[in-house]
Amino acid sequence: MNTLTVSPSPHVHSGDSVKKNMYGVIIALLPALAASVYYFGLGALIVTMAAVISCVFFEWAIQKYLLKTNPTVLDGSAALTGLLLAFNMPTNLPIWIIIIGSLVAIGIGKMSFGGLGNNIFNPALVGRVFLLISFPVQMTLWPKPSENMTNYLDATTGATPLSVMKEGLANGESVSSLMAKIPSLSELFFGNLGGSAGEVAAVALLIGLVYMLIRKIITWHIPVSIIATVAVFSGILNLASPEQFAGPLFHILTGGLMLGAIFMATDYVSSPMANKGMIIFGIGIGVITVVIRVFGAYPEGVSFAILIMNGFVPLIDKYVKPKRFGEVVKTAGKK
Amino acid sequence: MLKTFSLGGVHPAENKFSAGKKIETLPVPEQVSVPIAQHIGAPSEPVVKKGDEVKVGQLIAKSTGFVSTNIHSPVSGKVFKVDDILDASGYKRKAIIIKVEGDEWDENINRNADLVTDITLSKEEIVKKVGEAGIVGLGGATFPAHVKLSVPPGKTCDVLILNAVECEPYLTSDHQLMMEKGEEIMVGTQILMKALDVTKAIIGIENNKKDAIDHMSNLAQKYDGITIEALKVQYPQGGEKQLIDACIQRQIPSGKLPIEVGAVVQNVGTTYAVYEAVQKNKPLFERIVTVTGKSVSKPSNFLTRVGTPVSALINAAGGLPEDTGKVIGGGPMMGKALSSIEVPVTKGSSGILIMPDKIAKRGTMEPCIRCSKCVSVCPMGLSPYLLMTVSDKAIWDRAEEEKIMDCIECGSCSYTCPASRPLLDYIRLGKGKVGNIMRSRNK
Repeated sequence: MNTLTVSPSPHVHSGDSVKKNMYGVIIALLPALAASVYYFGLGALIVTMAAVISCVFFEWAIQKYLLKTNPTVLDGSAALTGLLLAFNMPTNLPIWIIIIGSLVAIGIGKMSFGGLGNNIFNPALVGRVFLLISFPVQMTLWPKPSENMTNYLDATTGATPLSVMKEGLANGESVSSLMAKIPSLSELFFGNLGGSAGEVAAVALLIGLVYMLIRKIITWHIPVSIIATVAVFSGILNLASPEQFAGPLFHILTGGLMLGAIFMATDYVSSPMANKGMIIFGIGIGVITVVIRVFGAYPEGVSFAILIMNGFVPLIDKYVKPKRFGEVVKTAGKK
Repeated sequence: MLKTFSLGGVHPAENKFSAGKKIETLPVPEQVSVPIAQHIGAPSEPVVKKGDEVKVGQLIAKSTGFVSTNIHSPVSGKVFKVDDILDASGYKRKAIIIKVEGDEWDENINRNADLVTDITLSKEEIVKKVGEAGIVGLGGATFPAHVKLSVPPGKTCDVLILNAVECEPYLTSDHQLMMEKGEEIMVGTQILMKALDVTKAIIGIENNKKDAIDHMSNLAQKYDGITIEALKVQYPQGGEKQLIDACIQRQIPSGKLPIEVGAVVQNVGTTYAVYEAVQKNKPLFERIVTVTGKSVSKPSNFLTRVGTPVSALINAAGGLPEDTGKVIGGGPMMGKALSSIEVPVTKGSSGILIMPDKIAKRGTMEPCIRCSKCVSVCPMGLSPYLLMTVSDKAIWDRAEEEKIMDCIECGSCSYTCPASRPLLDYIRLGKGKVGNIMRSRNK
């Protein structure tokens, strides 16, 4: 006679796992990685490898020696944080700075809150913003695309479209004259612009988005609401004063907006649970991003916008609930 | 676009191995154990004692209240004892044990298989008959059928909905019943329509049973007011609230019954039992039980007497497979894992599912990664992750605020959770506690 297992229902499982989701996001990031290597060559590979290896190492070391628990680095979440951190850094960043960034991302951003599932802020962005504030020079020297295939630390650098726009407008130049100084919109779409390793190629990031939507890793709510909000907000400013404010396509295709909307803001742990909450979260990120870009001191504001909205997630979850069954009462006799 | 319910839902692998398998009549066993608590509500009270001779269909335990029901002997023979036995719940509970002798039926039962279409009984007589015949919801919920047919004063019912969804993976008993007893179900539907005084009935069938949809649609042409609604395959569409939403787009408010939106739902198996009771004078003592599983050599649909040990069904389906790790009474999503295969089949046994050892155990629980998949699959629009946390931390007022009592225990959340978290286990715990608190407050 066999021994029967007795457990409460349900007795079947979808087969989904934390690992599958994490590696799913990593797969979705591969087109962007390929684009990054295509435009930035060796530097992109070195920066990505360094960030991934150090994030995985720090998580393993912290779990094993500091927390004395069984390391769970194989679940892919640390590798994902490393990959996202790398995608948010210039491809000529020295390895020692990357290691510091990884330690902050994993150690402070993730493990200090209790590890996977408990962090309030997106760990990769915690690392990135820490580096931006601590090493402002190194973090804003952007290698020129397609010119630095074998260069790493000695890459020739140039300004990003966002900083060209910011400085130009501050010097009283018009949007139309500045648009002539930056790559064309189609170049922006295919990623031929200066910027962080993984953020340049909008097309590659969109392929990743489609993949994640098909595999149901994420839903459309966060990316669409962010991009739509940026489009509407910058569109209104642009309509009001076309020579003073750049248009929506410029804002969507430059900087870290696509990477942020598709991969950073959608981080499970630090985003809201209900669809309505996700949309509020996305609108908040969109508004803050444009405010920082247009009126703030920094040319780019996606990272700050996401981190600020991360802080609001517990509040959003408390007050924004999913639509309950039977809330909208349809009475008998009504067809 | 096929209709379905509006919120959440999942689509587990269907695995309907026993689909299309003709209903076989299982031989009457040597001994049956008939539990006196096979339905929701008060247990019935035995009216026979040790040594009594009984016939098939004879009353052996009577209803003890409005929400309770009669139980009839599924066999003929001698009452061996009335004693506590292990039942599907895993507890020892009272049952009437009968040693079988021959197969002598109560002479009032019409055993002729001819279809009887004329409905001679009045509305009140039908409800009374259904009550006397011991009919309960055969989809698995086992709620006494006559209670649902008694529309409370002040409420009106304008539509009868038949549940032929069979959204649980593996199970095929309702499907096969429709294929073989479609006419009888149509007449049963007319009987229920008369009892409820409605002119409209909708039979909801999921689109993975295309043959049944065609068959029933053809039959329905001959009967006034009956329509077939093909529904998109989506679990838990067989949930009463979900089915009403899917068929007529009305949502039952929190804590209310279907009658609130003018609907009454009955399972197709129940409808067939109603036909037999009203037209053939046959009480409920046998039912169709699917016996299935990945390693089962002969997945089958058996017409089985209540009280038959589960082991007899398993043997008839080719025996217990070597790799058996779990035997489930019902489907994989909401069924109960049995602690022994000697427990009896009851009125609510829709299936016996045998699971191989390697999928019998749950995955290792990981931390919640807040992926929000439990929220998006919940058909009631709840936040399972939050209900688990508040139940774990025993914050009962918050659990009540978050509508823990709305949970229909479909298990979609636990099924989906990538971190294999036992969400429903904790929600059940919370429901128990919150339910007690709410009841004591009302006292």
